[in-house]
Amino acid sequence: MAKILVFTELHGSHVKGVTLEILGKLAGHTVDVAAIGAIPAEAIADLAKFGAANVHSLKGANLEKYTPEGYANALKGFIAGGSYDYVFAGATSLGKDLLPRVATMFDAGMASEVTNFIMEGDKFAGTRPLFAGKCFAKVELQGPKPHFVTVRPNALGMNANPTAGAASVKEDAVDAGAIRAMIKDIVKGASEKLDLTEANIIVSGGRAMKDAANFKILEEMANVIGATVGASRAAVDSGFAPHAMQVGQTGKTVAPSLYIACGISGAIQHLAGMRTSKVIVAINTDPDAPIFTKADYGIVGDLFTIVPIMTQEFKNLLGK
Amino acid sequence: MNIFVCVKQVPDTETKIVPSGDGSFIETSSIKWIMNPYDEFAVEQALLVQAANAGSTVTVVRVGSVKDTEALRTAMAMGADDAFLVEAADNLDSYMIAKALKGAIEKSGKTPDLILSGKQAIDDDCLQVPQILATMLNLPSVSVVVGYEGSATDITVKREVEGGALEVYGVKLPAMIACNKGINTPRYASLPGIMKAKKKPLTTLSLADVGVSDADKRVKYSNFQLPPEKPPGKKFDATDAAKQAQVVKDVVGLLRTEAKVI
Repeated sequence: MAKILVFTELHGSHVKGVTLEILGKLAGHTVDVAAIGAIPAEAIADLAKFGAANVHSLKGANLEKYTPEGYANALKGFIAGGSYDYVFAGATSLGKDLLPRVATMFDAGMASEVTNFIMEGDKFAGTRPLFAGKCFAKVELQGPKPHFVTVRPNALGMNANPTAGAASVKEDAVDAGAIRAMIKDIVKGASEKLDLTEANIIVSGGRAMKDAANFKILEEMANVIGATVGASRAAVDSGFAPHAMQVGQTGKTVAPSLYIACGISGAIQHLAGMRTSKVIVAINTDPDAPIFTKADYGIVGDLFTIVPIMTQEFKNLLGK
Repeated sequence: MNIFVCVKQVPDTETKIVPSGDGSFIETSSIKWIMNPYDEFAVEQALLVQAANAGSTVTVVRVGSVKDTEALRTAMAMGADDAFLVEAADNLDSYMIAKALKGAIEKSGKTPDLILSGKQAIDDDCLQVPQILATMLNLPSVSVVVGYEGSATDITVKREVEGGALEVYGVKLPAMIACNKGINTPRYASLPGIMKAKKKPLTTLSLADVGVSDADKRVKYSNFQLPPEKPPGKKFDATDAAKQAQVVKDVVGLLRTEAKVI
C-alpha cells in the first residue's frame, strides 16, 4: 500500500474537480491532501467525501499568490516531512508548472498528464497520450521517491470513494524561501468560464466562422449549455480568436464530455487535440470533411443556420 | 549577456504517428523533423534580447539524434552564434534531457544570464524540461510566457494561465523563461543567414561528456499504441432548409437520450 499525497488548488470555496477525480481513483489507499492557504469547510467536506484521510492546510509568508519558487519550496518542505511514496496533482496551469520543480528537488521522476492509471500495491502504472494524442503509451516511474504524477482533468471521471469518511484537518507551517520571480499583477482573462483544459463541454469554431464577431453565436450556445468556447488553429491564425482559445497540437489538448466542432474541417493537428473528447458533434458544409470521421453525430449543413437552431433546441430541452 | 536557447526536433505536426513493431517507441525512419514550434519563439526572443543588449551571445543547445542537426542550423541561420548538440536517442525522459542540457551549458564555459525554451515539446507534451533545468541550475523560472520586456538584469514577463488570464512576474536574471505562442513573431532565416550558419561552430558532445547515464532515467515508457478507433458515428443531412429544424432536434435529443451528455 502506498502512502500518497494529493496536492490541490483552491478555486474559491471549492477544490478543482480533478482533485476529486484523483481521490476517487485512489480508493483503498491512504491519501492525504494538501493545499496552500486556508481551506474552506465546503472544500474539506468534498475532499472527505472522496476519500481524503488528512487534509493539510499549508501556511506561511509570501504564499498568498502562486509563485513557482515559493510554492515549490513550501511543498518540498512539507513533503520531506511526510515520507510519501507518490505526489499527485491535476494537470492544470499551476500543477503542470509546479510539480516538475518539486520533483526535481527530490531528484525524482514525474509522469505528466496521465489519462488513466492503476496502483498495484505501491507500484504506479499510467497511460498517457503523446504527440497530442496521436498515440498512447504506458508510463512507469523509477528512481528516488516520492514519485510525481499529474492527471488530465475530466479524464478519470468522478467516482465516489466507498471508504470515505471524515477527514482530519491540520495546519502546517511552511517556508516559501527566497523568491526571485515575484508576481506583480494578475490580468483577468477574457473568459470567466472554465478553462478549455478543464471544461466539460466545449463549442469550437473554425475557419468557416469567417470573422471574430461571428463567434458570438457560439458564445450564445455556450452560455445555454455551460460550455467554454474554443477555436481551431485556422481560426486563431486568421485572427478570429486568441491563442488561449486554440484547441489542437500547438494549442490546448482537451477532454470534455461533449465537443461541438462548428465549421472545423478536422486537420490532423486539431483532431489530435480533441480526440479524447467523449462525444463529438461536427457541423460542416463539406460532407467529406475529416472531422466527420471522428464525430459521433455529424450534421452536414451551414453552421450559421444550424447553430442558432441548436441553441434554441438546447434552451427548449433545458427549460431556459 | 550569455543567452542560451534549448531547442528540440520533433515530428512535423502533420506526421501520422506509427508505433514501432515492439511498441517501445514510434517509427522514426520516414518522419520529417522540424524545430519544435514553441522553440521558434524562444530563438526569436533570444535574438530580440541580444539586439537590445550589445555584446550578448546566443547559444543554442539540443539533446537528440545526431543524424539531423537541422534545428540547430535553423536557429543559427536565424542569427544564433553557436550551438551544442548532446548526441542521444530521441526518446530520453525529461529528467535526462534537462540534465544533459545543464551539462552542455556548463561545458560551454559561459555562465547563463538567460535561458529560453519553448513552453513544451509537441512530441512528448510533458512541460517539464524548463522547470527541471531551472531547478537543477537553481534559477527562477516562468513558463507559458506570452510577454517579455526588460533589461539585462531585471525583466517583466507575462505568463498565460486558465481562461486567458495573465500573471505578470518581475524576475531577476539569471532565469529560465519558457515561451508560448504570442510572445513574438519568429523571423525567417535569410539566404545569407543560411549560408553563414553552415560555418558557425557546432560542438557535439556525448551523454557521457555531460555526465548523464542510464541511472538518470526516471520515466519508463512502453507499449506505444494507436488510440482505439471510434465506431463510425451518425451523419445527418441538413443541407435542405426544410429538414434543418428536425435534424437539429433529433441530434439534440440523441445527446440527451443516447449520449447522455446534456
